[in-house]
Amino acid sequence: MSGKVAISLAVNGETIEALVAPRTTLADFLRQDIQLTGTHTGCEMGVCGACLVLLDDRPVHACLMFAVQADGCAVETVEGLTHRRAIDDLQKAFHERNALQCGFCTPGMLVSAYGILASGDEPDRDGIRDALSGNYCRCTGYESIVDAIETTARQRRQQMAEDKA
Amino acid sequence: MKARAFDYMRPKCVQEALEAFVSADGDASYIAGGQSLVPALALRLQAPGLLIDIARLDELRGLSIADGHLRIGATTRHCEILGSDLVREHAPLLAKAAPFVAHPAIRNKGTFGGSLALADPASEFPAMTLALDAIIEIASVEGSRRVGAGDFFIDLYETALQPGELITAVYVSLATAKTRTAFDELARRRGDYAIVGAGIDAEMQGDFVERMRIAFLSVGSTPVRVGAVEAALTGRQLTPQAIRQAQDVLGTELDPVGDEHTPPEMRRHLARVLLGRLLGRLEANV
Repeated sequence: MSGKVAISLAVNGETIEALVAPRTTLADFLRQDIQLTGTHTGCEMGVCGACLVLLDDRPVHACLMFAVQADGCAVETVEGLTHRRAIDDLQKAFHERNALQCGFCTPGMLVSAYGILASGDEPDRDGIRDALSGNYCRCTGYESIVDAIETTARQRRQQMAEDKA
Repeated sequence: MKARAFDYMRPKCVQEALEAFVSADGDASYIAGGQSLVPALALRLQAPGLLIDIARLDELRGLSIADGHLRIGATTRHCEILGSDLVREHAPLLAKAAPFVAHPAIRNKGTFGGSLALADPASEFPAMTLALDAIIEIASVEGSRRVGAGDFFIDLYETALQPGELITAVYVSLATAKTRTAFDELARRRGDYAIVGAGIDAEMQGDFVERMRIAFLSVGSTPVRVGAVEAALTGRQLTPQAIRQAQDVLGTELDPVGDEHTPPEMRRHLARVLLGRLLGRLEANV
């Protein structure tokens, strides 16, 4: 029982073929099998949000699925988002607003924020807080994180308006 | 915090999934979104020898209109319910409840059928299937059967589902021009489990209630319909007096559970407050 299973998935645009034990979570697979340690494991039960990744472009908890379930899917981690410069402005805003101290929650926050901003809407502060309700931060008190996301949303909106004009 | 070792299979059709469960002598579990199952496995509250992954079965997916009902495939994800025009038009109560279901990342993976099968009394969708008097379609190797939501929720995490049975779809009657709905809940933090929540599905002629179904979540070991309150309002105008009376009836009908943060009296009080708000919204038709 419990032999390893062959999977093939795209991680940050690169096709990965691997043999995994069914009990290996996607978070452990990313961190231990392919050394993408930007995805953090905190509670490992879907509460803290530190392990969020994009699965087929939607934020999901990497601790709440097994790697075998991601067979054939596209996974993007905070490393991928950083590498393709999809969150440069967010990271800059987090830095400027002091939206992190210890940084443990930050990858999950960035993936959530990416999800919020990807919709193209300009969310209000309540909407941002709502969307971050599954992300725990024990340092900042959230205010600066909401600031950073709100600022980025506004900047992107302005940029889009300028590009049009 | 790691699941025990298990085997994994991804069947090609519902029949194959059902047969796999039987072949495993019941030492198996279906997995779709896994948003409640995976933590249960990690905590070793459950440790099946086989996981049968039904998430990609086309038969179980999607939203459509069928036989005068909205058909919600069992593996329709919460985020799909939330974003669906079909749901907004034909089952507005579900559309109103959907933003309250868990957190965005959970909604991206968790499924409607999974939520019903788990039957968490604090969950929104089980209670709303009760308020909508929905029909739950269940498959087993013996065939298919349909169970009304009123007969589905039996006790804490206990449903009419027998071992090996699988929810395939849920059918909801289509809203009409007379339909009015309201949903809200009181929670310490958005996305957290509600202290108390409720949804109402009503047919109204002007201010007169022709039919009303009210279901509460987080007040007992199952989602709860409050028939006495419904009866007290049916055929009446939603005046401030009628609403106050309904709140009084609720106070006697509801027998909520307490926990370390919320004594039963507090929960009963909050349920009354919530009922008043929801009926006010129905009356104002907002």
